[in-house]
Parts: sequence; C-alpha cells; structure tokens
Amino acid sequence: MNSPWIHPSLILIAGALLLPLVPRALKKAYLVGVPILVFLTVLRMSAGTFGQISFLDKWTMTFGRVDSLSLVFGYIMALMCIIGSLYGAHVQDNKQHAAAWIYVAGSIGAIFAGDFITLFLFWEIMAFSSVFLVWFRGRPESQGAGYRYLLVHVAGGLALLLGMVLHCTKVGSWDFVQMDVHHPTAGIWLIMLGFILNAAVPPLHAWLPDAYGEATFNGSVFMCAFTTKTAVYALCRGCAGMEILVPLGVIMALYGVVYAVLENDCRRLLAYHIISQVGYMVAGVGLGTQMAINGACAHAFAHILYKGLLFMGCGTVLHMTGESKFTELGGLWRKMPWTFVFTLIGGLSISAFPLFSGFVSKSMIVSAGFEEHKLWVGFLLMLASAGTFLHTGLKVPYFIWFGKNKPRPEVEARAGDPPWNMAMAMAIASFLCIFIGCYTPYLYRMLPYPEVAAEYGKSVYSSYHVSETLQILLFTALGFFLLLKKLTPEPTISLDMDWFYRMGGRAFRAFARGPVQAVDTLVGELYRLAGLIPLMLTARVAGFFDNKVIDGAVDGVAYSVAAVGRRLRGAQRGQMQENLAISFAVAAVLLLALLLFTNALTR
Amino acid sequence: MKLVRLIEFLRDRLKPLIKICYVLLGLLVVVDALPFFVHKEGHSHTEIERLPGFWSVFGFVACVAIILVSKWYGHAGIMKRENFYDE
Repeated sequence: MNSPWIHPSLILIAGALLLPLVPRALKKAYLVGVPILVFLTVLRMSAGTFGQISFLDKWTMTFGRVDSLSLVFGYIMALMCIIGSLYGAHVQDNKQHAAAWIYVAGSIGAIFAGDFITLFLFWEIMAFSSVFLVWFRGRPESQGAGYRYLLVHVAGGLALLLGMVLHCTKVGSWDFVQMDVHHPTAGIWLIMLGFILNAAVPPLHAWLPDAYGEATFNGSVFMCAFTTKTAVYALCRGCAGMEILVPLGVIMALYGVVYAVLENDCRRLLAYHIISQVGYMVAGVGLGTQMAINGACAHAFAHILYKGLLFMGCGTVLHMTGESKFTELGGLWRKMPWTFVFTLIGGLSISAFPLFSGFVSKSMIVSAGFEEHKLWVGFLLMLASAGTFLHTGLKVPYFIWFGKNKPRPEVEARAGDPPWNMAMAMAIASFLCIFIGCYTPYLYRMLPYPEVAAEYGKSVYSSYHVSETLQILLFTALGFFLLLKKLTPEPTISLDMDWFYRMGGRAFRAFARGPVQAVDTLVGELYRLAGLIPLMLTARVAGFFDNKVIDGAVDGVAYSVAAVGRRLRGAQRGQMQENLAISFAVAAVLLLALLLFTNALTR
Repeated sequence: MKLVRLIEFLRDRLKPLIKICYVLLGLLVVVDALPFFVHKEGHSHTEIERLPGFWSVFGFVACVAIILVSKWYGHAGIMKRENFYDE
C-alpha cells in the first residue's frame, strides 16, 4: 500500500470539471464510472491521518482523517453518489451533474476533515454547490427557495466560523475532535448552532422542506442524503453526549410528524420526515453512549438509502407526470406499478418494519434511550415511529397510487414507469434496504463500536422486539384506514418558521420601497432646490461667482447619496450573489486577520 | 404485467382481504400474550410493557392522536391557501 493517498473529493471535482469533454455516447458510463471510482477509493482506505498541508508555519490542514467513524459515513456517501448519479444519468445537462458531484465532494471532504479550517471549507462548498440543484429546476419559485436556502446556510456558516475562532483560540488547537460539551463555552455553543442548523433542528429547519420540495427531481435525491447527514457526522465527532441534543432530537422527531400530516406535496412530506428521522440521530448523539452513537451512525447509514429511495420514487412521479401534489395525483398503480413497489419498500424501511433496514438501526437509538433510563425519550420516539409509518409507509403510497382522487387526464396520460436507469437505481437502493435489514453484520461491523453492535445484534430479532414493532405498526395502519377521511389531502401550504424571514424580507422590501425611496426622492429634490435655485440666484445676483464650486460639491454629495439608495434597492432586487460574495469576503478577511493576529501574539 | 394483475387480484377481493387483516391483528395480540412465543423477561424496559397487547393500544392511540392533534393544529391557522406567499 505505497500508492499515494488520493482524496475521494478530488476525484469527484476533477470528474465534474472534465464532464463537458466527455462525448455523449460515453456520458452515462462516465456518470456512473466516476462515483464507482470514488467508492473504490473509500473502500481501500486504511485508518490513519493523510493529506496534511501546513501553511503560515503554524497551521496544518488535515484532509484525510480516516477512522471508523469517518469511514462509515464516507462509505455510505460514496455509495449514494453512485445510486444518485445512476438515477439522473439520462439528464443531458452537465451543469446539474457537476453541481451534484461538487456537492458530494464537499460532503465527503467535510467527513474526512481533521481540523476545523478544512471542515469549514468543505462545509461551505456543500452549501454553495447544492443551491444550484434548487435553481436548476428553473421555476420562479425555485429561485426564491434557492436564495432562502443559501441565506440560511450562510448564516449558519458564519455562526460556525465565529464559534470555531472562539473555541480554537481558547483551546489552542484547530483539531476537530470531541469538544468539552459538559462545560460549553460560547464557542462550543456557536459551533453546535452551525451544526444543528445543517441538521435542520427546529426552529432552524424551515430551509429543508422549502428547498428539497423545490429542487430538481434528481437534485433532491442528492440533497436528502448529504447535508443533514454530514451534520450528524459532525455532531457525532464533536458534540457526543451534549445533553441539550436529547430533547432537541425528540422535538424534531415529533415536529416532522405533525407537519407531515398537513403536507400536500409528497416531496415536502418526505422532507418533513427527514427532520423527524434526523431527530432520532440527534437524540442518539445527545445520549452519547457507545450504543447511542452506534445507533446514530447506523440510522444515518440506513436513512441515506431509504430516504434516497423514497425521494427517487416521488421524484419519478414528478418526472413522469409533472405533479407532486397529492390533490393532483391518485390511482396510478396501473400506470406505475414498479415505482409503487420501490416506494413502498422505502416506506417500509423508514417505518422500521422487521426485515427492512430501519428496523435494525432505529431501535438501537430507542434502546439506548431506555437503557439510560430516559423513559420519556424511548416512548416519545416510539410515538414518532407510529407517525412515520402513518405518512411515509401509508399516506404517500396510498394517495399517489390508490385513493379516490383522479388525476387530470393529461397527467394520467403522462404517467408510466421510468427509464431503465431510474428503475435500476431504485432497485439497487431497494435491495440494499432489505439486505441491511436481513443481514445485520454487514452494517454492524462498520460501526464505530463494532463489539457493542455485535452484542446488540444478538437481540435485535428477539421475539419481543418483533412483536412490539409489528403491533405498533399494524395498529397504526388500522388507525389510518379508520380515519382515512380525516387524512384526505387538502390543497394548502403550512406556515412554518420560514414565515419569519419571508415576511421579514417583505417588511424590509416595503421599508426600501417606502422610507428609503422617499429619502432618495427627497435627496433628488434637495439637489434640485439646493443646486438649481442657488445657482440661478447666484447667477442673477453675482454673475462672476464660480458656480462650478457649488455645483460640484452638491453634485458629489447627491450622487453618493443616490448611489447608496441604489445599492440598498439593489439588495432587494435579487443582486444577492454580490452581497453574499461581499459578506464572505469580509468573513474570510476577518478569519485571516485573526489567524495572523493570534499567530503574532503567541510567537 | 404480472404485478398489475396481482394488485388487481387483491383489489377485487378487498372485503375478504380486510377480514383477513382483522384476524391477523387479533392474532398478533394473542401471540403477544403467550409467554411461550414472546419472551418479555429481560427485553421489556418497563413494567407496563408486559401487559398483553400494550404496544397495540399504544400504536393505535398514537396514530389517532397524531392525526387529530396535527389536524387541529393545522386548522388553527397554520394551513393557508397555496398562493399565500405570492405578492
């Protein structure tokens, strides 16, 4: 093993840059080949520290920290990249594939990062590349959703950056390791804030359904896998055992369930269930025991596959029919039977049915809660499980493929099972969901504490656990069919935390239109009065007075005020890329200044 | 398409199918009550879980509660017309 260590993200980024040069005939093979190469690179990694670069004599960026925790996440992300790329391989748009790959590269890079600077670098790459997966949908709504997504993530990134600087200057090391979460400092709180924003913990979660419901049909397949799970990884790495995460996780798990009842768009429903499922993982990280951390990792692993599968199923419906709302769909079983079966497998996996992947991962976290004698955690997570099956296992398949609703004739005419590559991607994900559920050592051996997992594996299929799960799920199904009328989808949207910044933005715009514009007009008026009238006066009274002096001075002031007004207006009109670039440049300069400053101090 | 035919077959026999489901639900509770099939010692975490069919009741109540509470919450002003954010 003397070959040089190659960063998997590098392969993806190079692959993305070379995309336009690949001839069309080879495109599909290339689109699958590069992620396979990445996967193989991750597979043959051995534990250790690689890819260290020093700069400014003092800092070392570690690009490759390979251990059991980073390997399990790296493995599943590379695997999901293969499936996602295969799923969208027929899309003839290099930009979309490049954005997706750079996004995955950001995610994998963050996972193998050994220090905060590298982590932050890849963290931002993730946010700035994934937003294009929303924008490429091309609808007017996607543009707005994309900007909101980006703004929220920039805010989260800044919190992370500030936290990093505070924390690392305090402890004197930039290594990204477990922090002292039992005595949290302001820096640790800010870092955690940055992490939980990406994990979509309420009230910092509204970006998720907003963006994932609006992204391209295959973009969402990528997005649902990477951002939140990278955050779960970061929490596992840095914040294990942070107690506040337990109640936050439980709230998340239930919050997603409530909104999923109200949701009319199938992809937004799935997005709310990401929040719910990530809630289990966040609670697991908060519990912090070996079993709980195992559970968080196992659940993230299983989740990436079944949620990808569910987004592929609903994405297929959107791709084929052009609709994703329950009120516009129904009775498609005759037209899209295979898509139905794949989606159902995803639904059974997320609901933790025995023999499906969720069963062997989710229960680890619940058991860890019970074992820590936090009974409320165990019971409330069980309650959320019932809700999961209710929506993803029952509501989604029922109202798309069955139900009383009839879609419009043109929607029904367009429906049909998808191109082979989409079907194959779903088949692979389905197989893996069942394989993980049936053969537990495959997943359990990869976890950070394999012995604890192996011990748990002995009792996961105990008669009690199976009986308990089947009872909850099947009696939930009974409740679903008895209350079916109450669940009939309604053509509405639900207000969520995004209301604050959407309406806040609107208030700001109104402010810009009203007072700011009024000031702008006033300045123009003043210019006329203060510029022209004295000019005429002076011309009349003293013809020799050098009018250019007055004119020039007033002109200059007025022009600069008008320019400020224009800039303020510009900020409202969508020249936000510029503003974001400026804020980032400022942040980067601040960071560098701080680095140099502390460098000078410690010398 | 065999898959479509299978779904058709089941849909045509919806009434007996529902009856079978009810029987299965009943069996599930009965099996749960028999210590010979389901070993609760050492697996259950609390006393209350040992009651036969505890998780059946839990699942059903959970489902009904989630639907009713969420719908109440939604109709209390959270659900808005689709063009709510349009200007």
